[in-house]
Amino acid sequence: MASSVTARASGGKPPQALLLLRRCDAAFHSALQQRFHVLDFFASGEPLPAFLAAAPEPPRAAVVMGGGVVRVDTAFLDAVPSLRCVVGTGAGVDHIDLDECARRGVAVANSGRVFSADAADHAVGALIAVLRRLSAAERFVRRGLWPLQGDYNLGSKLGGKRVGIIGLGNIGSLIAKRLEAFGCVINYNSRRPKESVSYNYFPNVHDLASESDVLVVACALNKETRHIVNKDVLAALGKDGIVVNIGRGANIDEAELVKALKEGTIAGAALDVFENEPKVPAELLSMDNVILSPHIAVFTSESRSDLRDHTIANLEAFFSGKPLLTPVFPNKVSHIAGKSNQ
Amino acid sequence: MESLGVLMLDPMDDYLKQELGRRFQLLRLWDAPPDRHDDFLRANAESIRAVVTGGGSGADAALIDALPGLEIIASYSVGVDRVDLPRCRERGIRVTNTPGVLTDDVADLAVGLAIAALRRIPQADRYLRAGQWKDNGDYPLTTRFSGKRVGIIGLGRIGLAIAKRGEGFDCPVSYYQRRDLAHANYTYYPTVVELARNSDVLVVACSLNEQSRRIVDREVIEALGPRGVLVNIGRGGHVDEPELVSALVDGRLGGAGLDVYADEPDVPEALMALDNVVLAPHMGSGSLETRTAMADLVLGNLEAHVLKKPLLTPVV
Repeated sequence: MASSVTARASGGKPPQALLLLRRCDAAFHSALQQRFHVLDFFASGEPLPAFLAAAPEPPRAAVVMGGGVVRVDTAFLDAVPSLRCVVGTGAGVDHIDLDECARRGVAVANSGRVFSADAADHAVGALIAVLRRLSAAERFVRRGLWPLQGDYNLGSKLGGKRVGIIGLGNIGSLIAKRLEAFGCVINYNSRRPKESVSYNYFPNVHDLASESDVLVVACALNKETRHIVNKDVLAALGKDGIVVNIGRGANIDEAELVKALKEGTIAGAALDVFENEPKVPAELLSMDNVILSPHIAVFTSESRSDLRDHTIANLEAFFSGKPLLTPVFPNKVSHIAGKSNQ
Repeated sequence: MESLGVLMLDPMDDYLKQELGRRFQLLRLWDAPPDRHDDFLRANAESIRAVVTGGGSGADAALIDALPGLEIIASYSVGVDRVDLPRCRERGIRVTNTPGVLTDDVADLAVGLAIAALRRIPQADRYLRAGQWKDNGDYPLTTRFSGKRVGIIGLGRIGLAIAKRGEGFDCPVSYYQRRDLAHANYTYYPTVVELARNSDVLVVACSLNEQSRRIVDREVIEALGPRGVLVNIGRGGHVDEPELVSALVDGRLGGAGLDVYADEPDVPEALMALDNVVLAPHMGSGSLETRTAMADLVLGNLEAHVLKKPLLTPVV
């Protein structure tokens, strides 16, 4: 598959073949094509097996997007036996079978901290918006109701709230740091307590919810964390409680969440992710005590260009025999300080 | 507690209203229709020794002059730009406000407006509720808040609280006010234009007075520029509103997060049509916790006055 931009690899060697399974913008494409011999799956329009059979050389590395488009599972790995490295381009790597990759000696990298600040910023902004009713108040103003109905309803103060963070990885840590400056008390749950932080650790999410006013989902999605926020946890959070989800929709039992919001079991929610995107439960669309967003927590132009640089850095490390910058291992805590592969 | 005759100018807050009624002789200006207010004042002038007002209502010379027995004006707000302070000084009338208790909420909203404006949180919410995520695909990319240069006009209680929050997002913070505080972490600029030129987000956090009226003018707005965002949690009077609207419409200013306007509760139609602004209905101190604390401060000041003790939070 010839590319129109001549690839120039370092040291004058012919460019390495790279399997690309991601819809990229022009800048990302160009940056990859300058360095590698890009085999662009989505551009080919062919089914994967046929596409791979036609490749002029077997690719040793692949860039694979998440979001349910492609799964790097046994079938995929069987179809590309030359693969020795998979670079995910999302914060989550739930589309990659880490155990199977480890078994075959296929190194996996994720996007490291590229998205962390934006995700944390969105979580904080959405939390302020739900507590202070900003989105609903905005609609109130734009409908011309302020002159007619007087001041909008009072919200709830953020300062002093106990915030329980599920997952104190890159993103969770940045959320904690930001909310401390607002005077929040930080509680958290993760698989193990973190020695380096002074926040209050809770060994399970139910206890975390009981002692928190706000519950923030900032963990990865895997077997242990599917529906980690369930009916019991919501009841433990209580009628003044707020749920913020910037993880994955499936971290929360969505049907129970909707029920809890309808019945007043909890007070409100800020949701950036849903179990069946882009479908959002209809009952939420008319609620003023929720902030809804279409999976935007990490989508800034800055994180887009950071991701491009980071992906290329991981690929160049792999192809020059150096360790990946942000390797991901199955069921283990990463060696990168502060990061947890939960 | 002796029966202090208190005139409340508008309903403001249920808890405050109830407590004033419980502790004092409360007169409610809104019990009379608007065109009979003067009659109401005349009829009750002798017994009114205190006025409880809000940030928007204030207390002008006409009101003050109509109340010969007035001893104290307690404002349910931190801003007293609509209270005729010189007239109060002339008459020996005390004036109190509600500083401190609302600092956190106002600072929280300032940062909330900045993030909402840059990350388009209310706009994306509208997009989703209108079914656009299913029909049109993903929402467009926005711009990162962390690390943006935050410029604050006025480094008082609220300005400092905003600065502290900004540090949590690794935002370099700079400020303008009349006096350089030589703050270790924040950069001082001697003019608002220079501050705007060196900021990505410009926050108005000073009090409104003769020097700060229209402090955000065309020159400042253009220095902030097509990628800059203005956040106003001060007073509508701080900003040249027609210039602001025109700059937003033209794209000479990138965006805005506004809690206050020149002529509340009227918001310019042209702003309502824009997608690069976040519009809040003057709710900087609008949490149940804070409004209760503000009410307690109003009540505490009135009680101190009656007991001839030092006022809790006097302005005059």
